[in-house]
Amino acid sequence: MPEKDVAVAAVPRPARRRRGVPPLARFLIRRILMALLLAWGITLVTFVLTNLVPGDPVAANLGQRALGDPAIVAQWRTEHGLDKPLWEQYALHLGGVVQGDLGMSQQSHRPVAEDLAEYVPATLELAGVAIAISLVLGVAFGVVAALRRDRLADHVLRVLSLVGISVPTFWLALVAFYVFFFRLQITPGSGRVDPALGAPPGVTGLQTVDALLAGRWDIFTSAVGHLITPALVLALYTIGLLTRFTRSAVLEVLGQDYVRAARAKGLPGRVILFRYVLRSALVPIITVAGLAFGSLLSGTVLVEAIFAWPGIGQYAYKSATSLDLPAVMGVGLVVGVVYLAINLIVDVLYGVIDPRVRLQ
Amino acid sequence: MKRDPLARKGLLRRLPEAWRQPLAVAGVVIALGWLVIALTAPLLAPHDPLAQDLPRLAAPGPGHWFGTDQLGRDILSRVMYGARVSIPLTVVLVALSLVIGGLLGACAGYFGKWVDESIMRLADLVFAFPTVILAMVVAAALGPSLTNAVLAVLVVAWPAYARVTRGLVLGVREREFVLSGRLLGFSAWRSLRVDVLPNVTGPILVLATLDIGTALLLLSGLSFLGLGAKPPSPEWGAMVSSGVEVFDSWWVATFPGLAILTVVLAFNFLGDTLRDALDPRTARAIKERAL
Repeated sequence: MPEKDVAVAAVPRPARRRRGVPPLARFLIRRILMALLLAWGITLVTFVLTNLVPGDPVAANLGQRALGDPAIVAQWRTEHGLDKPLWEQYALHLGGVVQGDLGMSQQSHRPVAEDLAEYVPATLELAGVAIAISLVLGVAFGVVAALRRDRLADHVLRVLSLVGISVPTFWLALVAFYVFFFRLQITPGSGRVDPALGAPPGVTGLQTVDALLAGRWDIFTSAVGHLITPALVLALYTIGLLTRFTRSAVLEVLGQDYVRAARAKGLPGRVILFRYVLRSALVPIITVAGLAFGSLLSGTVLVEAIFAWPGIGQYAYKSATSLDLPAVMGVGLVVGVVYLAINLIVDVLYGVIDPRVRLQ
Repeated sequence: MKRDPLARKGLLRRLPEAWRQPLAVAGVVIALGWLVIALTAPLLAPHDPLAQDLPRLAAPGPGHWFGTDQLGRDILSRVMYGARVSIPLTVVLVALSLVIGGLLGACAGYFGKWVDESIMRLADLVFAFPTVILAMVVAAALGPSLTNAVLAVLVVAWPAYARVTRGLVLGVREREFVLSGRLLGFSAWRSLRVDVLPNVTGPILVLATLDIGTALLLLSGLSFLGLGAKPPSPEWGAMVSSGVEVFDSWWVATFPGLAILTVVLAFNFLGDTLRDALDPRTARAIKERAL
């Protein structure tokens, strides 16, 4: 993302007003246009991968006997628009995507879009909790490491965060499942909620929220219990990432003149930390958190399968292992667009918080 | 090469100090250990990694220190042979993405204009996907095999190098020694090769060190998903995957997972220390790209 360049080469330039559009609006418009362009690029990527790379889709979809009959093959090709020129096929594909048609899953024999709609809330719940945990712990650890620079706490946190980004997520999920569920039996097993209790009435699709809305405290605790282990497993990598990044962001701010001035005038340490240091360090941290969300979405593919968490990660895992190409591409498309949207929000936040960014 | 001696001297002066840091030493020791295991696996391994002649799912004990899997193969031997699969592939993979990404990024930064635009927009497109998702999509489209998994990781890995190299080249391009080279009549390629690239290699090599860990995680992750190494192969990710079916026999998945963890950790220890030793500005650029 080019906005990452911003942090590196932010050269404050005087605001140039063009055509009377305020800089913030221009910044937003530019970012939104870029996101739309990338979203279009994502559809192009999934189209190219589904239609060009795997060779003959006819062979992949028709049985042996049908392949021997030229009439059936020709009919199938016409039905799926394969006899049309490539650009026309892509136009059809794009038109379908825009209307929410992502093709049929070869595995579930249902439209991929329908499948995904069913699984998205579970993943959002898991990833949301994981990013919340990562932000709280990662920022806290990073601040501690920066404040205790080159002391024991800093060294310990450095090693721990490096371990955090080095652990294979799929393996950690398995180990956590084995240790906490199978051996110690302190966490509930797979799924989102105790099957005996049943799912709460679906309102938002987030079962913790739905349980609270329905006033079912027992379902809520069960849902939280099921959520906590996979969320922690998922969060470990991003905690490590955010710890390292927060540390350097805070160290950079700590060296600034205005922090030294605040110290010199005798402000209490807490005030300096929260009002002077964290506030400006948070700007780059938010950007990284947006990018970290991408690794969380990646992680769900590896974690959900093990915890039998019925989200898009598990759907992606099942589709990938059974080579259900339309489903895999659907996941790629949806996750790509979600990731793009999140980074757009982060960019906008970034621009709103830090005026220098808008002037780029 | 002789141009800008100060920059090169500065880097060399800082590097030895970085290599003396405890974390870097730990990283080098672990990485060398794995290198030795990879090279001497046929001598070290107590059993044939593919032979199914031991009792099935035997717990770790004398004769098979890491236990055996559901087909009666010795896990210790398989983990050792696994180093011969994963480590060379990862190194080749990172080297390829460094060369491809580095060259594209250098062209983008040096030539600018439409070259820059087209290469960097392509990189943006790759960055628009979460890495595992894109790698999974590409690997699934190409069909499951270890070579295709490597290709898939290559697709997601090159843009990081392109970005970093481009940024560094932009910083060097207008410097006097490059301009004077051009005035002496160097062609664009000669200028790029002789004046520009030698001055940007340090940070890129650091990025590559950090990237070895990421690449191994991705590659073994794809194998775990069944999109990489095929069954009899003692690839670590695939071994963890086979341990899922028999998760109450904890040793089947635990040891190959630890193997991945230690290799990745070694390169992260090393890369993290080297990065700190670099110039803070380039170091930050790398840190942000290494996400």
